[in-house]
Amino acid sequence: MPQIAIIAVFFLWPSFEAIQLSFYLEDPWGLSNEFVWFENYQTIFEDPEYVGTLIATLIFSLSVTFLSLGLAMLLAVQVDGLLRGGGTYRPLITWAYAIAPAVAGLVARFLFSPQIGPIYDLLNPDGEPPWFEPALDSIDAWVVITSGAVWRQVSVNFIFLLAGLQSIPRSVLEASRIDNPSGFSRFWSVTFPLLAPTLFFLMVINFSYAFFETFAIIDTVFPFGPPAGAASLVYKVYVDGFKGADLGGSSAQSVVLMLFVLALTVVQFRYLEKKIHY
Amino acid sequence: MKVLWVRYQLLNHLLLILGVAFLALPLWMVFASSTHDPATIIRDGMQLGLSDQFFETYLGVLTEKKGFTEQVTASMMMINSMILGVGFAVGKIIVSMTAAYAIVYFRFPLGTLLFWIIFTTLLLPLEVRIIPSYKVVADLGMLNSYSGLIIPLIASATGTFYFRQFFRSVPDELLEAAKLDGAGAWKFFIDILLPLSRTMMAALFIIMFVVGWNQYLWPLLMTTDESYSTIVLGIKSVMQTIDGNRLPEYNRGFALAILALIPPVLIVILFQRWFIKGLLESDK
Amino acid sequence: MTTLTLNSLQKTYANGTHAVRGIDLEIFDGELTVFVGPSGCGKSTLLRMIAGLEEITSGDLMLDGSRINDVEPAHRDVAMVFQNYALYPHMTVRRNMSYALQNRKVPKAEIDRRVVEAARILQLDELLERKPAQLSGGQRQRVAMGRAIVREPKLFLFDEPLSNLDAQLRAQMRVDIRKLQRQLRVTSIFVTHDQIEAMTVGDRLAVLNNGELEQIGTPMEVYSKPASEFVASFIGSPRINIVSGEVKAGTLHVDGFELPGFSQISDQPVKVGIRPEDFVLESTAKMSLQIDLVEELGSDELLYCVSPTGLDYRIRRPGGSGHKVGENITVSVISEKLHLFSSQSGKRLN
Repeated sequence: MPQIAIIAVFFLWPSFEAIQLSFYLEDPWGLSNEFVWFENYQTIFEDPEYVGTLIATLIFSLSVTFLSLGLAMLLAVQVDGLLRGGGTYRPLITWAYAIAPAVAGLVARFLFSPQIGPIYDLLNPDGEPPWFEPALDSIDAWVVITSGAVWRQVSVNFIFLLAGLQSIPRSVLEASRIDNPSGFSRFWSVTFPLLAPTLFFLMVINFSYAFFETFAIIDTVFPFGPPAGAASLVYKVYVDGFKGADLGGSSAQSVVLMLFVLALTVVQFRYLEKKIHY
Repeated sequence: MKVLWVRYQLLNHLLLILGVAFLALPLWMVFASSTHDPATIIRDGMQLGLSDQFFETYLGVLTEKKGFTEQVTASMMMINSMILGVGFAVGKIIVSMTAAYAIVYFRFPLGTLLFWIIFTTLLLPLEVRIIPSYKVVADLGMLNSYSGLIIPLIASATGTFYFRQFFRSVPDELLEAAKLDGAGAWKFFIDILLPLSRTMMAALFIIMFVVGWNQYLWPLLMTTDESYSTIVLGIKSVMQTIDGNRLPEYNRGFALAILALIPPVLIVILFQRWFIKGLLESDK
Repeated sequence: MTTLTLNSLQKTYANGTHAVRGIDLEIFDGELTVFVGPSGCGKSTLLRMIAGLEEITSGDLMLDGSRINDVEPAHRDVAMVFQNYALYPHMTVRRNMSYALQNRKVPKAEIDRRVVEAARILQLDELLERKPAQLSGGQRQRVAMGRAIVREPKLFLFDEPLSNLDAQLRAQMRVDIRKLQRQLRVTSIFVTHDQIEAMTVGDRLAVLNNGELEQIGTPMEVYSKPASEFVASFIGSPRINIVSGEVKAGTLHVDGFELPGFSQISDQPVKVGIRPEDFVLESTAKMSLQIDLVEELGSDELLYCVSPTGLDYRIRRPGGSGHKVGENITVSVISEKLHLFSSQSGKRLN
C-alpha cells in the first residue's frame, strides 16, 4: 500500500518538524542551534507584555464567542419561530460566511475610521478631544477588532444554531407548550438544554476562531501594528518571530498555543464521547 | 389571541430585518462608496447612495498595475486567489479522502498510533505551527510558489474526519460484495467509494474553496513576490498605502474588498444546500 | 459437479470468542443446504468463511477436492446474496450485474448474453437501466440474485436473503428461490434463522447451535427424528412440548403417568419431547388435562392445557372441534412418537 506510506510521510514530516523546532532554539541568523529546555518559557511568562497579551486575548475571545453566539441565537430563534417565510432569511444570513476576515477587518477599520467612518463620528459627536480613538487607546482598538470579528462570525453560528433548533423534535416542543404557558420560560427550560450540545461545540469553535483566525482582522485594521495592548497571541507570535526575528521566544509562544489547542481539543472530545454514550 | 400571534410574527420579521441589515449594511456602504470619487469620500465620509464611478473604478482596479512594486493588477490577484482556492480545495479533498480511506479500510500495524499522531498534530491550526511550517517550506525552496502556498495549508485533519465519518456509514457488505466481484482495494475506491462520495466532495469543495480563498496569514508569509499575491492580501497593501497618500484612493480600496468578496459569496449562495450540509457535517 | 467439504472447520476471533467450533460437513452437487440456528450460532460466520470473507482459524475447506482456505474470495468461484443485497447504489441494474464479469475480463458480448439471460429468468428485463433506489424491495432482491447468477458460480451463498422483505413477499421469494435453484442446479447454501423458511427451502438442513453442528438431514428427518433436545425445540411450530421424566426398568415415568416399551434405554432421568400434533384424544386415556386457552387457526386449533401437576402442554387438533376454556380432556400419546433425550447431554436416546 504505497499511498499510505506517502500520506504518512507527507503528514508526519511537518508535524515532526513542528515538535523538533519547539524544543530547539535558534538565533536569528540560524547559525547556532541549542537545546535549552524551558528557558524560553520562563522568559515569556516573566514578560508582563506577554502575560498582558494572554489576558487580553482571553477576554477578547470570550467577548467574541458570547456576542456572536448571542446575536446568532437571537436570529436563529426568530427564523425557527416563523411559520412562513423562514426560508427567505436563511440565504440572507448565510452568505456572510464567505466574508474573509481580512475583508471584515477592512470594513471595521473604515467604519471606525477617524477620516471617513460613520461610526467614529457617531461615537465622537463633540469632536475635540475625541472620546473614542482606536488608533491610540487599546480598549477602543479592541472594540473595533471585536466588532469586525463578531460581525463575520454571526453567520456560521446562525447556520449551526438553526440546524440545532430544527433538529429538536416538534413533538417535544408541542408537549412543552401544553405543560408550560410562558414562551420565554419554555425556551430556557426546554429548547436551551436540548441545544446545549450544539452550543458547546460552537463555543469551542468560536473560541478557537477568535484565538487564531482573527489575525487578519487585527492586521488589516492596524496595518502598521495595533496600539500597545491590542495584539492577540497569534499576532505576537508573528511579530516576534518574523518582524522581531526572535525565533526562540516566538516558537516558545507557539508551543504554548499548541498546548492550548490540545487542551481545547481534549475538552471537546471528552464532551463528544459523553454525548455519544448518552 | 390572533392579534397577539400576528404581532409576534411581526416582531420576528422586524428582528430578522435588523439582523440582515447588520450583516449587509456595512458592505453596502463599502460598495456604495466604491462608486464615488475619492474626493467625495474624503469630504463626506462613507456613502449610502450609489454614484457614477462604478465602471471607472472597477476597470481601473482590475487592469492597472498597482501595489508596492506596481506590477500587479487586481485581476492577476484574483487569478492567484482562484488558484489558491481551487488548489486548496482539490488538494484537501484528495489528501483527506485517501487518508480517510486508509484509516477506515486498512488494518495495518501501528495504524492506530498513526491515526492519533495525524489527529493531534493536524488539529493544530496552521497559525499555531506557522513557524515550523514556514521553516520547512523555506528549506524546500518553496517560498513564492503556488505549491508552497497550497500544500502546507492542506495538512489538516478536518477533511479527513469528514470522509472518515462518511466511509464508516457505507455498509460493510458493499466492500464484501466488491471483494467477491473481484475488485481490489484500489478498484473498490475508484469504482464504488468515489462515485458514492460525489455529494460529499462537492460540499467539501465549496467550504474549502471559501476557506482557501480567504487565507491571509500564510500567503502573507509565503509571497514576498507580489506576482503571487492574492486579492485578500491586496487588501493589506491597500491598507498600508492608503494612509500615506495625500489623496487616499478609498474608492479603489473598497472596490478591491468587493472583488475579494464576490467569488466566495457567490459560491456560498449558489450552492447553499450543499454548503450547509457540508458545513454541518464537516466540523462534527 | 461441485461438492464442498468442511473438515473440522474452526473460527476463533482475536478476543478469544469461539464462533465456529469444528464443523464437519459435506455438501453435495446440486443440492441446497440450509444453515439454520438462532442468532449467534455461527451460521453466518460459517457462510462467510466459505465465501472467503472471514479467515479460517483451523480445518480444511475443500471445493471439488482442492483446499481453498487461502484463496481470495474473488477466485473461489462463489457468488453471494447479502442480507441487505449490497447493491452498488450508483450503478444501474445492468452494471451491478456485469461488474464482477468486467473485473474478470469476460468478453463484452458474453457479459451481455449472460445479463440478458439472467434478467429474463428473474423478470428484470424492464429494469436493467434503473438504479437500485428506483426499485422495490423484491426487485432489489432479484437483482442481487441476478448478480450472483451471471457469474455462473460453482457455489451459491445466500445470507438471510429474505429477512428484509415483508411476510407475503418473503413467502413468494422463498418459492422463487427454490424453483430457480432446481432449474439451475447450482450447489447452494442458504442461511436463515427462520425454521419455516429452512424447512421449505432446503434439500437438507444443517442445524447449528453455539458454533457446533447439531444435526444434518432432510427437513423431515430433522423434524421427525431430532438428534437433540435443542433441534427438537428449535424446529417445529408450534413448539414441541418438553417435560422431565425418568426411565426405570424399561418404563417411562413422566408427569405422573407410566409408559412401557423403553427397554432399550438404561435407567436415567430424561427429557421427553411430544409434538403438539402427537396427542390422541380418547376417553380412556391416561392423562387428564384442563384447557386453559384455545387458539383458533382456521384449519387447526391449538389447545393450551394444564396437567394436575401444573405442567403446560400445547396440543394441536383439527379446527372447529368446539373445545371450550375450562373443559377437561383426556389424552394419550403413542410411545413410538415420543422423543427421549438425555438429561445430561441433551442427545437423543430412542
